[in-house]
Amino acid sequence: MAYDSFSVLKSSAVPMPIENVDTDQIIPARFLKATERKGFGDNLFRDWRYDKNDQPKQDFVLNNPTYSGKILVGGKNFGSGSSREHAAWAIYDYGFRCVVSSFFADIFRGNAINVGILPVQVSPEFLHEIFTAIEKDPKTELVVDLPAQTITISATGASESFAINGYKKHNLLNGFDDIDYLQAMKSEIADFASKR
Amino acid sequence: MSNSPTTLFDKVWDSHVVRKIEDGPDVFFIDRHFIHEVTSPVAFLGLEQRGIGVMYPERTFATADHNTPTINQHLPVEDPLSANQLQQLATNSAKYGISHWGLGDPKNGIVHVVGPENGITLPGFTIVCGDSHTSTHGAFGAIAFGIGTSEVEMVLSSQCIMQPKPKKMRINVNGQLGKGVTPKDVALYIISKLTTSGATGYFVEYAGDVFENMSMEGRMTVCNLSIEMGARGGMIAPDQTTFDYIQGRPLAPKGADWDTQLAYWKTLKTDAGASFDEEINFNASDIEPMITYGTNPGMGMGISKHIPKAADVEGGVATYEKSLDYMGFAENDSMIGKKVDYVFIGSCTNGRIEDFRAFASIVKGHKKADHVTAWVVPGSHIVEAQIKEEGILDILTEAGFVLRQPGCSACLAMNDDKIPAGKYAVSTSNRNFEGRQGPGSRTLLASPLVAAAAAITGVVTDPREFL
Ligand code: SF4
Repeated sequence: MAYDSFSVLKSSAVPMPIENVDTDQIIPARFLKATERKGFGDNLFRDWRYDKNDQPKQDFVLNNPTYSGKILVGGKNFGSGSSREHAAWAIYDYGFRCVVSSFFADIFRGNAINVGILPVQVSPEFLHEIFTAIEKDPKTELVVDLPAQTITISATGASESFAINGYKKHNLLNGFDDIDYLQAMKSEIADFASKR
Repeated sequence: MSNSPTTLFDKVWDSHVVRKIEDGPDVFFIDRHFIHEVTSPVAFLGLEQRGIGVMYPERTFATADHNTPTINQHLPVEDPLSANQLQQLATNSAKYGISHWGLGDPKNGIVHVVGPENGITLPGFTIVCGDSHTSTHGAFGAIAFGIGTSEVEMVLSSQCIMQPKPKKMRINVNGQLGKGVTPKDVALYIISKLTTSGATGYFVEYAGDVFENMSMEGRMTVCNLSIEMGARGGMIAPDQTTFDYIQGRPLAPKGADWDTQLAYWKTLKTDAGASFDEEINFNASDIEPMITYGTNPGMGMGISKHIPKAADVEGGVATYEKSLDYMGFAENDSMIGKKVDYVFIGSCTNGRIEDFRAFASIVKGHKKADHVTAWVVPGSHIVEAQIKEEGILDILTEAGFVLRQPGCSACLAMNDDKIPAGKYAVSTSNRNFEGRQGPGSRTLLASPLVAAAAAITGVVTDPREFL
C-alpha cells in the first residue's frame, strides 16, 4: 500500500504525556473487523475519546480544540502490546504523520514506518521540553526534518537529532515500500529457498 | 559459519538472511507463516491491488480463531462483520492454495496452539504471524515473532520480511520452583522485574534448569509472554523434551527426513562462551504464584504481597495512579480476598491440556462460586478432545463449569465473550490493558491454579491452600 512521501513536516502537535500507550487503547479490538483499510481514524483512541454512550469525553486531548496538528507526542513506550497494524492505520487515517516519544515498542515502530508515519525517538529530556513548550503555547510548532534527521521546537529553537536507518529513510522520502524492494529480488529469494 | 562460540539465536538468524542491506534491515527468509481472519484480509487486498501472487503457499497456514464464537460453532456466525472476515479467510486461502482450518475443522484452534500440536512448528525455523504472541513458537528453538499486516503481505508475496537484527539477552532461572508455582508465574515474575519495556529491542533466550525441566507446554507459556516485556521474541534450546514432543505429530518430519533434521536440531544450542548484549539471572525460589493488579502485564506481584506504592515503582506517578484508579485498587492493598466476578481459562498462553489439568486439580470436589461467571475455553479442538478423553470434562461439569468451544475468546474480546465494564476477571490470558477484555473490564492475570482457586472461592485466593 503506497503512502505519501515524507520530507519536512512543520506542524503544531497534540500532547499525550501518558506512558505505555498500548495498541489496544489506540484501536480497541472490537474495531478490527473491517476487511479494508478504511475509516480507522474514527475509532482512534475510541475508549479514551468517547464514553459508553458514544459522547465525546471533554477531558481527552483529541476532543480539546486547543490542540491540533499532524504530530502526536506520546509518553515512554508508545505502541506496546498487540501487533495490530490497525493502530498505525488509525493514527495515519486520523491525520497524524509523525509520532514523537522517548521510546517506542518494536512492532509499532516497524508498522508505523511501513504505513508512512515517521516515529521520532527523542531523549526523555527533550520530550519533556516539547511537552513544556506545548503547555506554554499549544500552537507552538515542531519541525521534523527527515533529510537532516532533526526535530526542532520552533518557539525555543531547541533541536535534537534522531536516528533512522538509511534504507527506511530513503523509502519514506520517496514513498517506496518494502514490497517493491522484495519484488525486485525474487529470483535471489527463490535461489535461497531452493537451498533450504 | 565461523567457529567462534555462537548463540542459538545467531545460528538460526544468520542462516535465514537472504541479503544484508547496508545501513538497513536484513532481508529475512521465513520458513512458516500463520495467518488468521483479522490481520490478513488487507494483506490479500494489497496483493490484488499490486497484481502479485503468493510465492510459496505451502509455507503458509490459515486458522480462524480471533473473531469466532465459542458456543454453537455449527450455526452461522451472527455478526455480519465477523462472518465476512471468516469468509474472506476461506476464500483467500482457497484462491491461493493455502491450507485452511476454518471453524468446525477438527484441526481448528488458536494459531499458536495448533501450529505446535500439528508439528508445523519445528526447531531452527523462522516463524511469523500477524499476532504478537507468535513468540510462543520460540519454545521449540525457533525464531518466532509477531508482524504487522504490511509484513503479512511481504511474506505472502516474497516469503521474506525486512528485519533489523535485534540485540541478544539471556535470562537464566535456576533452582527449584516452589509448590503451586507454574510457568505462567515464572513469566509474570520476570516481566514484573523487567517492566513491559525492559526487553524492547532484544531477542531473549531462556536458560537454566527451570526451563530445562519444564514441559513443552510450559515452555510455550513462557515464550508466549516474551512480548509482554517488549522483547521481539523468546526462545529455548531444543532438547530431548522437544524432540519427544514433535515426533509423530501429523506434519512433523518422518523416516529418513526425521533423522536428518534431528541431527541438525541437536546443533541448535548456545555454545559455551558465546556472548549476549545483556544477561539476567533469577532464583526460582524467589518466585511465588503471581497476580497482576494494574493495566499492563509488568504490574504483577506475588499473590501474598501488597500493591506497591507509586513512589517505589519505576515510571511516571501519574500513569501509575491512572492505572490503579482504573482498576479500583489503592496502593498497599492486598490482592487476597478481592472479589472476582469472572474467571477466564484459555488463550494461547494457558489454553493447552496441562493448563486444564492444573485447573481441574483444584476445582475437583468443589463447586464454582455462585456469583462467578466462568469461561473455560480450550485452545483447540485437539485440546477439547483431550479434556473429554481424560475425564477432565466430568470434573468440570461436576463442579459447575461449562466447557466452551475453541478460540481466542475473552483474550481479546472481539467476539461476544466480553467482561462487562467495572467487573473483575481473573484471566489466564496475557494482557490486562484497559478494556482488553471488553470496554471497562478489569483484568487480573494469573496462572490456571490461581484462576481455579478464584473460581471456587469467588475471591482472589492463594492456590497453595488447595495443594
Ligand atoms: S489467544 Fe489472545 S494473544 Fe493468543 S492469538 Fe488469540 S488473541 Fe492473540
